[in-house]
Amino acid sequence: MAILANEIDIDLVDRIIDRSGSDPEALIGILQDIQTEWHYLPLPALSHIADRLGIPYNRVWAVVTFYEAFTLEPLGKYHIQICTGTACHVRGVAEIVRALEDELMIETGHTTPDGEFSLECAHCLGACSMGPVIAVGDEFFGHLTRSKALEIIEELRKRSGVDLK
Amino acid sequence: MIKAIVGMSTCGISAGAQQVYDKLDELHKNNPESFELCRTGCISMCYREPLVEVRNNGDRIIYGDVTPELADEIFAKHIVGGTVLDEHVACSILPDGTFVGAEKAFHGPQKRIVLRNCGTIDPESLEEYEASGGYVALRKALLEMNSGEIIQEVKNSGLRGRGGAGFPTGLKWSFAAGYKSDIKYIVCNADEGDPGAFMDRSVLEGDPHSVLEGMIIAGKAIGSSFGYIYCRAEYPMAIRRLNIAIDDAREKGYLGKNILGSSFDFDVKIKQGAGAFVCGEETALFQSIEGHRGMPRIRPPFPAEKGLWQKPTNNNNVETYANVPWIIVNGAAAYSAYGTEKSRGTKVFALAGKVLHGGLAEVPMGTTINDLVFKVGGGIKNGKKFKAVQMGGPSGGCIPSELGNTPVDFESIPATGAIMGSGGMVVMDETTCMVEIARFFLNFTQDESCGKCTFCRVGTLRMLEILTRITHGEGEPEDLDKLLELGKHIKDASLCGLGQTAPNPVLTTIRYYRDEYLAHIIDKKCPAGSCSALVDFFINPDKCTGCTICAKNCPVDAIAGEAKKVHVINNEICAKCGKCVTVCNFDAVYKK
Ligand SMILES: Cc1cc2nc3c(=O)[nH]c(=O)nc-3n(C[C@H](O)[C@H](O)[C@H](O)COP(=O)(O)O)c2cc1C
Ligand code: FES
Repeated sequence: MAILANEIDIDLVDRIIDRSGSDPEALIGILQDIQTEWHYLPLPALSHIADRLGIPYNRVWAVVTFYEAFTLEPLGKYHIQICTGTACHVRGVAEIVRALEDELMIETGHTTPDGEFSLECAHCLGACSMGPVIAVGDEFFGHLTRSKALEIIEELRKRSGVDLK
Repeated sequence: MIKAIVGMSTCGISAGAQQVYDKLDELHKNNPESFELCRTGCISMCYREPLVEVRNNGDRIIYGDVTPELADEIFAKHIVGGTVLDEHVACSILPDGTFVGAEKAFHGPQKRIVLRNCGTIDPESLEEYEASGGYVALRKALLEMNSGEIIQEVKNSGLRGRGGAGFPTGLKWSFAAGYKSDIKYIVCNADEGDPGAFMDRSVLEGDPHSVLEGMIIAGKAIGSSFGYIYCRAEYPMAIRRLNIAIDDAREKGYLGKNILGSSFDFDVKIKQGAGAFVCGEETALFQSIEGHRGMPRIRPPFPAEKGLWQKPTNNNNVETYANVPWIIVNGAAAYSAYGTEKSRGTKVFALAGKVLHGGLAEVPMGTTINDLVFKVGGGIKNGKKFKAVQMGGPSGGCIPSELGNTPVDFESIPATGAIMGSGGMVVMDETTCMVEIARFFLNFTQDESCGKCTFCRVGTLRMLEILTRITHGEGEPEDLDKLLELGKHIKDASLCGLGQTAPNPVLTTIRYYRDEYLAHIIDKKCPAGSCSALVDFFINPDKCTGCTICAKNCPVDAIAGEAKKVHVINNEICAKCGKCVTVCNFDAVYKK
């Protein structure tokens, strides 16, 4: 359920900018806060940031397209990052990726049509000794197996109140 | 009062420490008199997480694999009843610091300098840090030493940068101290991008003040009053605890104006990364702090002369800074007593992969790979054979088990073709295919190349294409020479460390596992049984229950069998997609 581009609350963008200070140095931090709020970077927010920081729009664009954490498409309510770092890789994370893709019926890099889940590969989540690891937002889950991963999805669906099929 | 201390680091929480903490919290609320509930950072033994320590004055008993139910039992029998649950004890720590009990082998070769407080104190409590000797070094450095003396002490200790390259820290500080400028900066590199590495996260989560203290001392040494910590956004807990530490340190006067009455000012700010590996390279990191794309630039000028905002800057890694307070308090000689002649002190390693005991290990430099893998790490999981250890992440290489006696230090590891790197050690067993691992790393560098220079951008893509072909069974005899030649050019001509080291994983695997490459290219076989296109799939009749799930999920109908009877895969039809392996609930499908 993408929020229509013209519907975003520019006052909120302003408040986020005010919190970080309108120095161009703060650009990346501001973009992160915007993304935390909206789960993606709405285009009108980007041009507004450029105006407020007094920098060309293309500089904002350059930063947004460089850093992997930024997305111009809405992420799901539950943003699942699957670690595909070395340690998780040798412990067979590929199976977890496949299981989650099958279960959510999307490929990694995409969001379910109901906007609940998005699936993404991360290079290393820094909990390597617990591999395979996934993170859902700020929550980490380790020693994953296929069935444990599916249990987590079930749990998140319950949390959401979405009916189990 | 008896304390129950839960290991609350990201590793612990990923294993369920929060649920254990919540259980103990509930018990504590009902029995506030009987014990005190505390938290600590990483206790290092990740393989036994969740971990709970019961501390009674000098007695320290650490329970492993704690569930909420076990927490209940620990409360009733140990905390209230006074009886230790021996069968669940991972280890006990005697008042003199020695470890006894089941996991004592893990701790045997270790010496904790960087990790002195990790897993012992509450990282969110400045008082506990102070009680264990925190900010004593700062007091000494600010009130009793001048800049030259601090630098000399660090030089004498032999400390070398822990971010990968091993540049002597004291020397680096002396460069930045030597440039005159109205503003200078201290930067702490907490980007920790190497997959397989989690030392810096553990230090930040477990002992954030030690890093701050090291930075302030460095500030005094080079004449800087402002520092940045650049921490990757994937570490929310580290960032949260750093923020708490900074606030507390400001309140107590360890940060701010006129610190401890010394007339020295220093403050810090945290900057979060946004998921770009190349930002760990220092010149790219500065760009990112300034709010730009993280593109590296050619050095010189070096950061000591022109770094952040073109001002003299000293950048060190998290672990480097965490060593500094210990050195100032205990003296250079005490530090340099550990390690080898050219690599002094200790190094924290992150053990992961196919090793039995994954976790954090701090050992004197010069400890051998075998000691780390077998003594600390307890050997290989599932009784498999040790094949190689990957060190240095995407810039590093695979060191074969035959070289297991290599000491880990800044001279011996590069001699194998790998690099020390930041301390990630991913252990691989006989089922890991070395060609596939090389492809994996090239895929990583290709993904993370910032694209500024051609050799890195295009060269790594060509290498990746060749490696992918080989793992798909489409390799050609001249591929090895092509890889070696491309590798050489990319190393020589790339602009920053990312490209200059990107071929290492390929070059080391060709050097040590040429036969395995040839098996893929000539015989079209994957000896490790890992590359799907080159193996056949089988069902183990002893494990198959005839549940039919594999047959139902096979997209090409290659699996036959009746319900409740053993199924069979027809490898003539099989498309080798691996779906059957994924869906089988009984682990019955295997590759060969
Ligand atoms: C591609 C690339 C990635 C790097 N990533 C890191 C990193 O994550 N952490 C780090 O401390 N150093 C990293 N470095 C090394 C830094 O550029 C720098 O040498 C280091 O932070 C200096 O600190 P030290 O002297 O304390 O080791 C990286 C270098 C390159 C070329
Ligand atoms: S490799 Fe997966 S968390 Fe580091």
